[in-house]
Order: sequence, then C-alpha cells, then structure tokens
Amino acid sequence: MRSGLAVLSAGMLTLLGALAGCSGDAAEQPAQLPMIAANYIAEGNPETLREWGQVQLSGGALVLSDDVVPYDLNTPLFTDYAHKLRTIWMPEGSSVNYRTGEVLDFPLGTVITKTFYYPLKDGGDESQVLRDSSSEFFQGGKLPLGNVRLIETRVLVLRDAGWEAIPYRWNEEQTEASLNRIGGIIPLSLVNEDGEAAAFDYVMPNVNECASCHASDSNSKAIWPIGPKARHLNRHFAYDDGTQNQLTHLSDVGFLKGAPDDLSAAPKNALWGDLDASLNSRARAYLDINCSHCHSPIGPADTSGLSLLPDASGAALGKCKVPIAAGAGTGNRRWGIHPGHPDQSILIYRMESDEADKMMPEIGRSTVHEEGVALLTDWVKSMEGDCG
Amino acid sequence: MPFGLLKRAALAVLVPLTLAACSAVPERAQGELRDLSEANTEYQATLQEQLIDAKPGDVITIPTGVYALDRMITLNVDGVTIRGEGADKTILNWQNQKAGAEGLSVKANDFTLENLAIEDTTGDGLKVNGGINIVIRGVRVEWTGGYKTENGAYGLYPVQTENVLIEDSIAIGASDAGIYVGQSKNIVVRNNRAEYNVAGIEIENSVNADVYGNTAINNTGGILVFNMPNLPQRGYGTRIYDNDVNENNTENFGHEGTPVASVPAGTGIIVNSNDDVEIFGNRVADNNTANVIISSLFSAGYADDEQAENFDPYPEGIWVYNNTFSGGGESPDGLELKALKTMLFGPTGAFPDVLFDGHVDPAKMVGGKLPDALRICVSDEGVDVLNIDGPNGNEEPRVESDAYRCKLTPRKPVELALAEAAGS
Repeated sequence: MRSGLAVLSAGMLTLLGALAGCSGDAAEQPAQLPMIAANYIAEGNPETLREWGQVQLSGGALVLSDDVVPYDLNTPLFTDYAHKLRTIWMPEGSSVNYRTGEVLDFPLGTVITKTFYYPLKDGGDESQVLRDSSSEFFQGGKLPLGNVRLIETRVLVLRDAGWEAIPYRWNEEQTEASLNRIGGIIPLSLVNEDGEAAAFDYVMPNVNECASCHASDSNSKAIWPIGPKARHLNRHFAYDDGTQNQLTHLSDVGFLKGAPDDLSAAPKNALWGDLDASLNSRARAYLDINCSHCHSPIGPADTSGLSLLPDASGAALGKCKVPIAAGAGTGNRRWGIHPGHPDQSILIYRMESDEADKMMPEIGRSTVHEEGVALLTDWVKSMEGDCG
Repeated sequence: MPFGLLKRAALAVLVPLTLAACSAVPERAQGELRDLSEANTEYQATLQEQLIDAKPGDVITIPTGVYALDRMITLNVDGVTIRGEGADKTILNWQNQKAGAEGLSVKANDFTLENLAIEDTTGDGLKVNGGINIVIRGVRVEWTGGYKTENGAYGLYPVQTENVLIEDSIAIGASDAGIYVGQSKNIVVRNNRAEYNVAGIEIENSVNADVYGNTAINNTGGILVFNMPNLPQRGYGTRIYDNDVNENNTENFGHEGTPVASVPAGTGIIVNSNDDVEIFGNRVADNNTANVIISSLFSAGYADDEQAENFDPYPEGIWVYNNTFSGGGESPDGLELKALKTMLFGPTGAFPDVLFDGHVDPAKMVGGKLPDALRICVSDEGVDVLNIDGPNGNEEPRVESDAYRCKLTPRKPVELALAEAAGS
C-alpha cells in the first residue's frame, strides 16, 4: 500500500504545494459536506460511514453529531495500541434501563460506533504511527485530524433482527470511510518513544470476524456489544462541558434510566494502569475485557473449560489447569496458570506471542501488549499455591 | 522423510490427465512443500464475501486450482455447503497466513464441506465450533512440508457439535490430531486416512461415536479415545471397528503440555480415561509400543494435578475382541517402557497386544471386584494383556490375560441420519 502523500505526489502535483509543510491536513481539501444528523438506518449496508450521521468530518476534525455521546471503558480491549473513539446514540425518546452484570439491553435503533486511530510520528509518513497510550486526542467534543490517522470505524446497530456489525475503512486521504465487509490487512509501523519503529500488520476484521468476539453466547450466536456494561462504563469522562461520571451523564441526557444515584454502589472495573488499584483488580479487569467475551461458560471458548470472567476461580480460571486443544499455544507449558510462575503459565505465553496459532486473543491484535503482559506477569507471580 | 511415497505417487499420476485443459494443479510429491508461485491470491476476498452473503441452502463451489490465502476464512450462516472439485484439485493453501487461528472457521448448523484440500494452515485446518448436522467429506487437510512440530495442531476439528459425519477424508501432518472430534455427540468417522499426525484420529469428551473403515498409519498414535478434565461434557460410548491401524511409529512431535504429547510413539489404539469403548474387528499391526493401550489420566503425566479430584480418570467398560493383531510391542517408546519390555520379555521379545496401566477406581470396587459393566474385557484367547502396575510405580508388572476374559453388552450403532443418507 502506498501512503496517501505518495499517491498525491504521483498524480496530483498541483496539490503538492498546498500540502507541503502541513502534516495530514488533507481533510481540509474537499469541500465541506453538509452535516447529517445522527439517524437509525433500519436495513441495508450504507456505503459510507457518513450516512449514519454519528461521526463525520468537519473543519479538519472528526466530530460527533448532536445527541451522540462519547464514552470510554475503565479497562479497554487492546488492539495494537490503537486509540479508540467510542460513541453511542439512541433514537429520540429512547432509553435503556440500567442493570448490573450483562451488557445493557438497548432499545431498537441504538447505534454504537468505535473509531480506531493512531497519532502519527512527527515528520513520518502515514504508515508510521506512535505507540502512545497516554495522550488524549479527543478533546472539546472532537478529534482533530492534524496529526492523527484514522484507520476504521465499526458500527454496531440494533435492528429488528438483532445487533449487526458494519465496518468502514478510512481512505488514505482521510476524507471518507467506506463500507468494507471483507476486512483487510493494513501494513503499519509502530514507533516507540525512543523513535524505534517496528512493522506490523493491522488487521481489519471482516463482518464474520466481528462475531468472533461479539457473539459471546455460543448457543444463540447473536451479536451483542461488549463494552457497555455498568462495570466498564462506571468512570469519569472529560465531556466538552466538563468532567462527569459516564453513567450520570448518560442519565442526564436521557439515555439511561434507573442508574443508582450513588454510583459507589455500582460495579466498577479497575483501570488496568491505575497503580492505586490493587494488582488483582487490575489484572481481572484486563482479563475481563480482553478475554471473557469468549472465555466464559457460554462463550465460544468454553471448549477450553477456561473462564476469565470476574467471578471465575480455581481451575476454571486456569490455575493448575491442563490445556485441552491449545496446540502450539501451550508453549511447552503444562498449566494455564502456574501460581507464582508466569514463565510456566500458558496464559502468559499466549499473551507474549504474536503468532496466529499461539497468541490470545486469537484475533484483534498483531502486536504484543507489553504493558498488559507485565501486568499479568506480576499477577501470576503474586499468586500463592503450587500445581504439585 | 520416509513418507508413504508409493500411494501418493499413484494418485499424482492421475491428476494431470483430468486437468490438462485449464488451471491444472501441478504435481507434487508428498512431503514437498506446495509451490504457490502460480497460485491465485485474489480469490480469498471473493470467497470470504460469498460466505458473508451466503443464505441457507447455498452451495458455494470452488473450481479446480491452487488458491493462496493469508487470512482465516469464516462462515457463520446455517445450511451452507462449500464444495470443491476434488481433494487434489481444489487446493486452499495458507502457507503465508498472517491472521487467524484456523484456516476455515465455521460456526453454523447444517454445514457441509466436501471435495477440496486445506493445506499448510498456521493453526488448525478446519474448526467447526458448535453446530448440528456437520458433514466433512472427501476433504484432504495436509501440512505439505512433512510432519513437524511447527505444523498446525488439528486437521479436521469439529467441537461441541452434534450429528457429525467425517468420511472419505485424509489428514496428514497435524502436530496434534489429524481428525479430532471434541465434546460432540452422535458421530460417525469412517473411511478416512490419517497419516503422519501425532494422533491420527481422536475422539475426545464425546458421546456416541462410531469410528470404522479408517486407515491410521505412520502416526505417533493411530486412534485415540480420550477424556480430559474441566470440560462441560464427559465422553463415553465409542465403537472402533474394521479399521486398519498399522505402523504408528512416528516420533511424538507434539507440543509439550498438550494431552497427546504423552502418547508413546508406536501406539495403535489408545483409550485414556474414557468409558464404554468397544474395539473389535480391526486389523492392528506393527505398532512398536503396543497395538492397544488402555490407560488413565494418571499415565498421561497428570497424576499430580488437583483437578483430577473431581474428574473420573479411570477407563471403564472397555471391550477388545475379534481384532487381528500382528507384530507390535517390540520397541516401545521411552526409557521406562523399553526397560520394562526388556526386563519382562528380553531384548528380542515384545509387549503383548494389550497394555493396561492398571489404574482401577478403588471407590467402585464391590467385594474386591469391579462391577461387570465397568470391567476391562479382552475376550479372545491368545490376545494377552500386560498390566504394568502403574498404581504401584510399576513394581509388579504382570501378564494376567485370564483376568480379562469377559464380555460386555455390545453397544448399539450410532444412529445418524446423515450417514445413512450418504450410504457407505
């Protein structure tokens, strides 16, 4: 794949002057398209993301339409260090009832989007993205595109027949996100804080692969969102009019009914990087959001007998548990978790791998989340007991 | 690598005659890595889109040709058939796979896959996770570079399925099991060929399986019936009959830590921790450790694991009869078994046809004996049983064939409409 700038310089020399010196302001070139209000599209696969009216380009930024609410999760899924802008919207007058435990039971027409993007290396080309998890790029209700590359936006919509996943891929000019149901491989280079670059393939899932994670009940095989559970949402967010708890905010705007006034009573996963939280709560939050949509007693990975839900324990959690069908994924290790011995635990081996037949999760990453591995390594090291 | 060259060479000669016109699949000797220099790399996008848009009842046909794929292909729609033009004609090859733990991943009911080849996947070849009425017919799954630890784990891998037919298929080179049916119910595995896998054919934690008419040759272990702990379903009820299980003497090239890594090279048929298994009418020859092994999880290296406490590791209700045994047992795998063989039978002697690790559940004993239905029966005179006395650290290994001269109630055949419809 050629970079956007390379394409332009080859074919559109006259534009070169306009682009020189700026770093990625390409979004300002096309005429400003009229804004589309957030809407529910009851059937079909719209060809462009814009038609949904949830997030769209305006003034060199990705902006949210009126009534579209951004949110974060306490501990998010790792996706090759990509940043994610999550939004939720419901048709006018609709709301969802609060509940603990399961994903909120949203009303018909709910649209959730997740935009995957990376900050770009200064002076680099569009394939050189930063491994920077700390900075916030979405601010004041918009995501300025100045030094950011948009990769893809995934739409989850609740229609009559259930949730559907519809993926859109951003073009290299960063002017449009088009329907892409068969996914793709996008070669990128991850640049660390020392300026060292490591090439990797960003894999955009196809529609079926969306179900690999989102069909978290292997009997019904129905697609559900994963993040919007009370325990993931119960945190603060910097809205453009101030910082507020997300559950409170969703209640204030009318999307959420019945949330407890006192949110200290609501379940709350730890932020995996929050050193004020206990090691155990951070590790379990990490396993919850990264693994438990498959590794639960009803998930597609129940074939392994391993559950990584917050309430799992003992052999079900992997302690002294022998693998079933891990193949090369055992790394020649005998137990899922050998307490006190991360270097003898299959769970750690599979997190440390980036090879398709060995790594976990099976899809959704091509790189190793080194900070996540460090967290889980410390957690296993802290465990007491022995497998004999 | 001493692959079964003769048989494969004979097949390869036929191919060019039928394909001369167009998109011929080049000849390839077994053990020679598939050449993808002329392969079609565009087709995978077409195939994936067809599978996304498939409707129940659709038959998706893949023409003759060699197709290179670099991602897992997925199907989530019920009632779909994927059909090639032959296991040596329609070749899907994942040698350059970049993403996905399987080649073809299916989560659907009423699924049929037939007449094509799945080659060189990074992980498993075909995985069908959940689903009722699954047919796999005339499929070849192979790691073309020969058997290696780096090969993918499973060839054909239905798991948590119900009503499963695997027939006329070939599995070669899997670093775990060539044909593996896990946690499933109502299973027929017939007329397949499995070679140079760690486990040729494996039935694990499954209920009601008939395994017949297959050839398992040159694997580490030919046919396995296993139960593993911590799974939602305990397995029982397998009939293994009319199979050829020969020369399964390939070194164990499985990954340490996997259950099959404990299988000694030279194992013909092995029952581990499973119950109600009938082994009859098979031709079992020249498996160097033993033609038949009956064992518990304790012998698979897991004796010290805590989960064994809530798991029944004892093989019970096992009946071996009317088989034709020849050779085997002369050169067992591993120092301990080698030493045991030499001690008991001398340097030129051989283990008897049936090896039992001797683990019996003390809690189920009534008056010092197991109830009849739980016994291990080897009913034919002349077929000897060696109890290696596992519970006592092999202190008193003994040939005690008379203790196993009993019969069990024959199991009923698996009733599977899919198999009856297909004939045999």
